[in-house]
Amino acid sequence: MAWSDLLQQLCNGLLLGSLFALVAVGYTMVYGILRLINFAHCDIFMMGMYFAFFFVAKDFRLWPLSFVAVIVATAVLGVGLEKVAYCTLRHQNAPKISMLISAIGASYFLENLATVIFTAKPKTFPQIPFFVDMMQIGSVRLQRLAVAVPIITIIFVCILLFLINKTKSGMAMRAISKDLDTAKLMGINVNGTISFTFAIGSAIAAVGAILWGLKYPQISPLVGVMPGLKCFIAAVIGGIGNVKGAVIGGLLLGFIEVMAVAFFPEISAYKDIFSFVLLIGILLFRPNGLVGEKIAEKV
Amino acid sequence: MDKKKVHIILDIVAIAALIGFMFWANASFNPYNKRIFNTCCIYAICALSMNMVNGFTGLFSLGQPGFMAIGAYITAIFTVSTADKVSIYKIIPISDFMANLSAPFPVALILGGLVAAVFAFLIGFPVLRLRGDYLAIATLGFSEIIRICITNMQGVTNGPTGINRIPSHINMWVSLLILAVIVIFTLAMMRTTYGRALLAIREDEVAAQAMGVNLFRHKMLAFVLSGFMAGIGGGMLASLVGAIGPDQFKFTVAYEILLMVVLGGQGSVSGSIAGAFIVRIALEKLRFLDEPIPAIGYPGIGGMRMVVFSALLMLVIILWRKGIFGNKELSWDGIGGFFKLIGSRFRRAFGKKEVSE
Repeated sequence: MAWSDLLQQLCNGLLLGSLFALVAVGYTMVYGILRLINFAHCDIFMMGMYFAFFFVAKDFRLWPLSFVAVIVATAVLGVGLEKVAYCTLRHQNAPKISMLISAIGASYFLENLATVIFTAKPKTFPQIPFFVDMMQIGSVRLQRLAVAVPIITIIFVCILLFLINKTKSGMAMRAISKDLDTAKLMGINVNGTISFTFAIGSAIAAVGAILWGLKYPQISPLVGVMPGLKCFIAAVIGGIGNVKGAVIGGLLLGFIEVMAVAFFPEISAYKDIFSFVLLIGILLFRPNGLVGEKIAEKV
Repeated sequence: MDKKKVHIILDIVAIAALIGFMFWANASFNPYNKRIFNTCCIYAICALSMNMVNGFTGLFSLGQPGFMAIGAYITAIFTVSTADKVSIYKIIPISDFMANLSAPFPVALILGGLVAAVFAFLIGFPVLRLRGDYLAIATLGFSEIIRICITNMQGVTNGPTGINRIPSHINMWVSLLILAVIVIFTLAMMRTTYGRALLAIREDEVAAQAMGVNLFRHKMLAFVLSGFMAGIGGGMLASLVGAIGPDQFKFTVAYEILLMVVLGGQGSVSGSIAGAFIVRIALEKLRFLDEPIPAIGYPGIGGMRMVVFSALLMLVIILWRKGIFGNKELSWDGIGGFFKLIGSRFRRAFGKKEVSE
């Protein structure tokens, strides 16, 4: 393999890894606070893509404004989902399994709803020239996305880390993730904070969805499922509940997938399997992920 | 007459009524309704398979579609005739060995179940050490892995095109018989020490372990049995539908089966069966939502029934978590108690009036 090819593949890996990282952050935030896999996160992601499809004008004018609208709409959807599917069950003190089933139900509902509203026929995501134009760096030819996506990912992750570690609502989030009941006793607005977490997670999912749509422009109601599963796996690999871990896991997964296909093209049909194999391996040998903290099981 | 005798008589009456119903249905049902009945029985088997793991053992597995696919493909490969197989495998011709594989339907079906059970055994080794939602994701992942492999192993499974011309051996008697065997087996097993151990694991893993229950071995037992049942269900589905492809075994099938188990009540055999029948019949009867209704100006939206269906799933979980049966079984005492309860409510509602007058 030539040097320039390798460089090209590294860039592809970085691009895919950053996309995984953005969506994985959403999973990890909800898991961190509720100890619950948000099965519907991948469908929030999918809805974000459709919002972008409808909000971006035909001639791509004012696309930054459209993107802000997409992010707001997706965040609202995420909060709505939390209120309907999780908040009601939390008030009943339902067991965790019921929450999980409810999450699956919500995911299934959103997929079917999207099929009815947007039809199952795939649509093409708006190809905004600012992002998709090709550019030449030395011997490597890349879409501008390959540079833009990692930068956007870094910016958003920094904002997020600041939010979690330095602000008051971030402190509330961390308190709830340690112990929900005690946090309540300390006067933290638990419902508000959880809704806020969902809003942030969904907003980041919307950013991921827009970038994903620019890279892989075909969108359909089930488009979120595979990225969703992989990003969840990325979150687990890094140590679920930990934002930095999600980023590391996402990058790792992206690189592995791109490199494996680049070096062994004959197994490219099986590329969706790698992440699951990696998941099983990680769960067996390092169940708390690469940077996750160990939580003792309480009896 | 003591209670036991009454129950035996009632049992015999119920079985006679069921057989009478079957004779009547076989004579008077049209093929469409017969097909719905068969599908109900097949999904009841799949629901029982999921109930074994999710309901009785308290694990959370979503791997059913993968095991169903294995059962379906084994049954298909063994029952389709050699000449048909040679003509179906167009892109990559079938090997002589595969083409000559053939077995009578019951043998092929059981073989499908056994191979699915073997896969469950192999998958169980890594995944059964996981807890709760991790297990759900891992089993869902394995189910998808199986589907991706089936799509790509063209020489064995004919890839995305799938296998068709599968001879049909399913009729109402056959599907009811297989369902009955599985129900009786499940009920009998739950009375053994193995069954009790599974329930103990569901109630409290740590306490069960302290009482000397080998957690891993019993979880594996439940998982393998569940794989076997799902394999049988998949094989029957292949034989009923006549054509199978990898897309029929997507993870959404797991959601559908999950709804049946939850609706009926997790941990209840009668619940799983009732759930399967209600969901399958409702899915068929909701078809009117996809068709236009001119009377109210409804244009007919394709896929509307799935939206209603999944909204129902949400409602059931949020408002009615325990399902129809909770984790109890249908029993004569239960039915008696139910009528007594209604009777007493009735009397209370009307009794007060009499007093006041």
